[in-house]
Amino acid sequence: MGVGSFFTSRLDEAIGWARKYSIFQYPFVTACCGMEYMATACSHYDVDRFGAGLPRFSPRQADVLFVVGTISHKMAPVLKRIYDQMTEPKWVVAFGVCTCTGGFYDNYATVMGIDTIIPVDVYIPGCPPRPESVLDGLMKLQDKIAVGAQRY
Amino acid sequence: MDGGAILERLRARLGSAIVETHDRHGDHTAVVAREALPAALSLCRDDAELGFDVLMDLTAVDYQKYPGREDGPRFEVVYHLYSIAHNHRVRIKVRVDEDDAVVPTAVPLWPIANWFEREVWDMFGVRFEGHPDPRRLLMYEEFVGHPLRKDYPINRRQPLIGPRI
Repeated sequence: MGVGSFFTSRLDEAIGWARKYSIFQYPFVTACCGMEYMATACSHYDVDRFGAGLPRFSPRQADVLFVVGTISHKMAPVLKRIYDQMTEPKWVVAFGVCTCTGGFYDNYATVMGIDTIIPVDVYIPGCPPRPESVLDGLMKLQDKIAVGAQRY
Repeated sequence: MDGGAILERLRARLGSAIVETHDRHGDHTAVVAREALPAALSLCRDDAELGFDVLMDLTAVDYQKYPGREDGPRFEVVYHLYSIAHNHRVRIKVRVDEDDAVVPTAVPLWPIANWFEREVWDMFGVRFEGHPDPRRLLMYEEFVGHPLRKDYPINRRQPLIGPRI
């Protein structure tokens, strides 16, 4: 910007822009999708390019809950508690078909999609999803964060 | 020792307590009467020739509605034994009925049996007499029934939280 020019913006847009590049995720990794999550996080796909490179293993320091892997009915109350412990604003990503819908599990043990327990912002299908689809889901989440969209 | 000799030795020591034996697909198997199970298992572990020092697996089978087994005892508890010293294996089975689904515990012989037996109790509802900690292993305490029994409804859900779908 040259001398004498000025810059207008809306505060929430500025905050949204800042937030979308400082995603501190809580990886709730329970199953095989975790391998793909690790592949996404490592240097080849490098999730740090999107400002999401630092997982926080405390829900109180995290913005985005990555639910990675099958959730059983026994695990469901734990997941709900983790979600409740996160401070707002918070977002949830369902990573893999098991978290989206239960996947190919239809039995006594498995939760049929985590959206029966907690609200979900972005669904990333796949068994497990390729790192490309994870990055695609992450960018969709960034778009949501940028406009301040949240589901409560 | 080859499998036939193992079964022969079991028959010689335990006599009529061995209900039947077979070696289908090369897996030598002895079906033992429940009363003789502790004696049979300790023999397997402590006999110098047998020397089964590893309990590789302990599981159960529900034969309800199984063709040809409709009126036989409903459950079979299966022990897979392995000897590191002799590099040989044997499979021990014991049959129990539904209304008396109790088997003596193997925990004093092989401590690994602790979790195996808890899993069998959890999934099939076969109780192990003398088990030091007879709780469920995999499912939660609130869970009603035993999910791997053939008469457990395939679409029955017991969620702790969330909708009952």
